Amino acid sequence: MIAPGTAQGVLAGRSRSATAGRVRANLWHRTRQWLFDAIGLAVAAVMLFPIYWMVATAFKPGRDILTLTPKWFPAPITLQNFQDAIARPFFLDDVRNSLVIVGVMLVLALTIAFFAAVGTARFGFRGRTAFLVMIIGVQMVPLIALIIPLYLMLDAVGQVDSLAGVIAVYLALVLPFMVWTLRGFVANIPAELEEAGMIDGCTRVGAFLRITFPLVGPGLVATAIFGFIQAWNEYIIAYVLLSSPGNQTLTVWLASFTTNHGPQWGPLMAGATLTGLPVVAFFLILQRYLAGGLTAGAVKG
Amino acid sequence: MATAIAADIESASGSFSGSRRLSMRLLPYALIGPSVVVIGGILGFPLAMLVWLSLQHYGLRELIAHTGEWVGLQNFQAILADPLFHEVVVRSLLFTSACVSLTIVLSTLIALLLLRVSPVVRGVVMSALVFVWATPVIVTVDIWQWMFDYEFGVINYLLTQLHLGNFIHHNWFDNPVQGLGVIVLVVVWGAIPFVTITIFAGLLQVPSDIVDAAHVDGAGGWQRFWYVTAPTLKPIFLIVTCLSTIWDFGVFNQIYVLLNQRPSSDYFTIAIYSYRESFGVTQYGLGAAIAVVMVLILVVVTLFYVRETVKVAEIA
Repeated sequence: MIAPGTAQGVLAGRSRSATAGRVRANLWHRTRQWLFDAIGLAVAAVMLFPIYWMVATAFKPGRDILTLTPKWFPAPITLQNFQDAIARPFFLDDVRNSLVIVGVMLVLALTIAFFAAVGTARFGFRGRTAFLVMIIGVQMVPLIALIIPLYLMLDAVGQVDSLAGVIAVYLALVLPFMVWTLRGFVANIPAELEEAGMIDGCTRVGAFLRITFPLVGPGLVATAIFGFIQAWNEYIIAYVLLSSPGNQTLTVWLASFTTNHGPQWGPLMAGATLTGLPVVAFFLILQRYLAGGLTAGAVKG
Repeated sequence: MATAIAADIESASGSFSGSRRLSMRLLPYALIGPSVVVIGGILGFPLAMLVWLSLQHYGLRELIAHTGEWVGLQNFQAILADPLFHEVVVRSLLFTSACVSLTIVLSTLIALLLLRVSPVVRGVVMSALVFVWATPVIVTVDIWQWMFDYEFGVINYLLTQLHLGNFIHHNWFDNPVQGLGVIVLVVVWGAIPFVTITIFAGLLQVPSDIVDAAHVDGAGGWQRFWYVTAPTLKPIFLIVTCLSTIWDFGVFNQIYVLLNQRPSSDYFTIAIYSYRESFGVTQYGLGAAIAVVMVLILVVVTLFYVRETVKVAEIA
């Protein structure tokens, strides 16, 4: 993620042109750098504040939450809000549902997307362009427009209020992007490597499994993160399709987190923290794979 | 699976080299087959069904009987004659253009800033962006709802303290213009990380020698960006603008959950309107017609981007 010479190169060029007042240029350069850094930190603070505020609220006792003058730091700290959130009905059921849906969906999606990525990256065939156009075109259709027919379709086959129906919809939802991204990764691995393997005695399939497959690893991780986030965070499909509380996912559980007396902010923020935690953790651990993944399909050419 | 199909064909065919060539020709189709089935069955078929539904009267009775009543273009006539629908379309277009333009401009500025800050600050900003990116939309909506709470919200307190007016007990959602402004803020805040990181990744790939050359030729900072960097980044800008347009035109969660799942008609965007007509008042045919119009508008708006994107993909 660290920039190559670009910025430094320009700055160096600038100080070179200022031969007369080297010291003054240096001072200007340092002030400018300091200014950019300050703006950068301000941007980071503004972006992060809502998330900080969620976590801070989650750890505050009730009387510190409902104050006209906000308390900026959670002191004293309490875990009461987390206990309240977990004790609410169906929390654990919905955690399990989210995990099952995301897990099953990811295994299926990665397998299917990988096949298609290899097919489009390694072979030229009639219909390849049509397939790629379909992959892009289908992402143009907003999901919200398909809710009605999806509901009626799953209703007709008795899969409304079932995890299988949601898994199927999520699978179709993440597949186009996964195929597209993985295709970029596979295309970046020279086919000559496989050919070399075949000369050394591998079969075509063997060469593929031993040489290309391990090299695509980071691509699989990147697409898996994408799929995980999409499915874990999805709300509207789950909200419409899963009607009984014990069958819902965490996001639906969270969105329905109000009582007749309005939202209870403490437990709500604790529940929000718990819902966001797995995604953020997963993301932070694996994000270095993601930077390459995003650009692999996009920037080439 | 692919190899099984290939083997079948091989045993059925006569000459070895001929069958080998045939199986190699069929292999890519076997590889893309599962994707075509899933995407066709779960996205393509519903899309066709959506069009069919929009030509039916399909209410609760029809839902139970699993059969609609053909009404031709009546649903479309009904919505086109409906003044609320016109209002909703205009509101959706304004909302989308506000979200997309703010997202692209702010993200580009942050990405350019990232090139100039020191490595430590860059790491801090990147981590902040990744945090926001990874946080589920429903979670962020709940946070913003809390921050904009009329009584104990931190935003009202801060604005009052900064002497920008008296915001004590100010309810942002009483006035739909202010309310939609808040929703634009929530959407843009959530969209900035993906777009910024994508543009920044693109900026890193702009060859620094051509930027330097422009510098030597006397181009100012703005000229260097506009005539050298921006054209090189065209594919990236196309993709993020196109994706942002699609996402922001279909915004649902932010509006629906921020307004406690009961948005008034002042807040209807086309997505909310379609949802309310179908699942709120069980007029699935009418809801489908609205969704069809939504897809058509989106197709027209994004056709340009998609054509350009496919062109870029073909080169790659």
